[in-house]
Amino acid sequence: MREDRSHTCAGPDDAFSRKSFFNRPWIVADKCHNALQIVAMNDVAAVLGLEIGTPLANARAICPDIDVFDADEVADAQALSDIADWCDRFTPLVALDPPYGLFLDISGCAHLFGGEATMLSRVCDFLSQQGFTVNVAIAGAPACARALTRVARNRIVPEGEEALAVAPLPVFALGADDAITRGLRRAGLKTIGDVASREPREIAARFGKALMDLLREVLGQCDAPISPRRPPPDFMVEKHFPEPVATEAVIAATLSGLAERLVSVMERQGKGARRLEASFFRTDGAVRTIAVETGQAVTRIGVMERLFRERLDALADPIDPGFGFDLIRLSASCVETVVQEQRDLDARTQDSDDVAALIDRMVARLGRSRIKVYLPQDTHIPERAALAGPAQHHLAEASCANWPQRFACEPPLRPLRMFEHPEPITVIADFPHGPPAHFIWRRAQHRIVRVEGPERIAMEWWNLTAGINPIENKDARARDYFRIEDSEGCRFWLYREGIHRRETIEFRWFMHGVFA
Amino acid sequence: MTGARMRTLASLQDTIRHLEAQSLPSRAEHMALGHAGADATLQGGLLRGALHEVFAPETRQSAAATGFVASIAERLSNGRPLFWVQQDFAETEAGSLSMCGFAELGLDPRRLVLASVSNAETALKAVADALACDALGAVVLELWGGTKAFDLIASRRLTLAARSSGVSCVMLCTSSEPVISTAETRWVVRAERSPARPEWIGWGAPVLDAELVRNRHGQTGRWIMEWNSDERIFREPAAHSQPLVAAPANRPHQAPAHAGGPVAHLRRAG
Repeated sequence: MREDRSHTCAGPDDAFSRKSFFNRPWIVADKCHNALQIVAMNDVAAVLGLEIGTPLANARAICPDIDVFDADEVADAQALSDIADWCDRFTPLVALDPPYGLFLDISGCAHLFGGEATMLSRVCDFLSQQGFTVNVAIAGAPACARALTRVARNRIVPEGEEALAVAPLPVFALGADDAITRGLRRAGLKTIGDVASREPREIAARFGKALMDLLREVLGQCDAPISPRRPPPDFMVEKHFPEPVATEAVIAATLSGLAERLVSVMERQGKGARRLEASFFRTDGAVRTIAVETGQAVTRIGVMERLFRERLDALADPIDPGFGFDLIRLSASCVETVVQEQRDLDARTQDSDDVAALIDRMVARLGRSRIKVYLPQDTHIPERAALAGPAQHHLAEASCANWPQRFACEPPLRPLRMFEHPEPITVIADFPHGPPAHFIWRRAQHRIVRVEGPERIAMEWWNLTAGINPIENKDARARDYFRIEDSEGCRFWLYREGIHRRETIEFRWFMHGVFA
Repeated sequence: MTGARMRTLASLQDTIRHLEAQSLPSRAEHMALGHAGADATLQGGLLRGALHEVFAPETRQSAAATGFVASIAERLSNGRPLFWVQQDFAETEAGSLSMCGFAELGLDPRRLVLASVSNAETALKAVADALACDALGAVVLELWGGTKAFDLIASRRLTLAARSSGVSCVMLCTSSEPVISTAETRWVVRAERSPARPEWIGWGAPVLDAELVRNRHGQTGRWIMEWNSDERIFREPAAHSQPLVAAPANRPHQAPAHAGGPVAHLRRAG
């Protein structure tokens, strides 16, 4: 296994490195230990004798007309993440190494780009074109590659020669604490080779076990895993374009071609995908990923095409091709084994599949949380009795759920529509426990003709957190519900909050729902 | 000879009649509401695979209209899934659908799939797509307020989609005025006072004042309907929605004086 680490030496400040900036010294300053210090600079500033860590006042004394920029860590992290997105075109396994580094696991990928050397130069060229200063190393262990990028420039270490390659590097390339690096230098250990030549127990006794672990990783003697940003997809197909494409027709045709390839690859292993991602790599480095999820595994090209068409049509900000895409990728994850079954001609058996397919299309267009089915909950609190879950995942569960049986010969006891937030109303009622006679809701008066109740619904005391009591917290108070019919025949569900003189002394009424 | 030919002719005519009888109901199938007067005017009931509009003239009538829509959609869907497309604003203003209330009306919450959409244009598009899926029983479109998106072309599109797939479409419009459309029927639904009954009976089955303001193939009318949650059917409102205790056949009609109070089936009140 070989790892590659592209070390981008600076963050988004390099966006300023256009021609006019090349000849001017500029630095990025940030507050460290309550003083403004240099945290990054360009080559021209380095020539003037400035160093990372120099106080800003000293830098201004050395070069009065220097350009100073404020450090912005959030923007730096965003830029690094954008570069990582762009690097997805080389390998699906890209890991962040903050603040300025990226790990790319290129095991088995290099030959696709014409070998390691060609791949390395491509990474360098592309990133340099975008205005970044970049330093890349390829090695068998990630820590070894990281150490190399700190000192050497664009090195490729042949397999098994990690120890040889890092031996002549100075000890700061290890990336240990300043105190340890200083201590190693004072002990006369100038290079990594010097440190490696000592007995491990001597180093561990003086500098701790962490340094020994780091040293072993750098020498390639043990394997330190990287943590990729996202899990690699199960299946992936892609199409490169020598000439960038930008028109919708070409993009649609490419997607259907890719869908065909993906389906044929998955079909051979009897798989279907529940999550599909289309990634559009723009020539200027921006990457846009569109994901489509389905409730049942997709195995047909037509379904894939239709889902993506729905999703692309429904995007709030449509895909901007800019100067065109040079790579379009289609990947499948959440893969399931699909049993191919013979369908009979009876249409009934296909109904549930048709409904699921309709839900998938609606989800692609509207979003997963917008298509809902209801599941019964084991509670007597009216607003929590039904839980709305995404239909894509709970369709089968909802269609065989057990809802409580209604009492035969009873008129409805629960309202057909309920307000998510009960609305406060003004009520004239017998004080303190009597039924209401008159109320005002949404600025309209209602004279009450029929009343049924009260029906007392107390909160679930067994679920209440300790310390919450009904006197202080109104969510824990019992409610006395009344079913009401007004003089027009409209039916309402009102409640009075709290038990008078036990939980509350207020007299507050709410409208919670309306009956048919 | 003539007799044999006549017999052949009669048997052929019989076969043709038989074939026609089989194919006709699938083309124009009516679903009876259960209310005799309304069914007579509608020539057998509401047409399946067509667009029906239900209007609630005011916000406070929206629950009554929702009850009517849910009931007829349930009857139209015939045991198949019900797809309910709801505009977000309708949910905020009129309240969200409560599945307990749904079950209390005798309807089945298991077959309901709800789609929340942000505006009328998206809702119409979603409904048009859903109507093309013949695995569904009925599609409900719930809109709030008048909208320009629902014009003659949009309603024509929904009507054609419903006719070709056989899936019924029911529209619930609150706080809006009817516009020209290709709907099969158009209703204005209001809540109606419960019939006069003794104080101790109190609450009864839902009673609606349903006004048929448009009917493409017949007369219009206005009826008071009562929804029977047990049989899931509309009825003429009864004086007592509660079944009273059956009068014994072999006893005098007048209850003995010492029985004390009315003999009735008392319900839980809370």
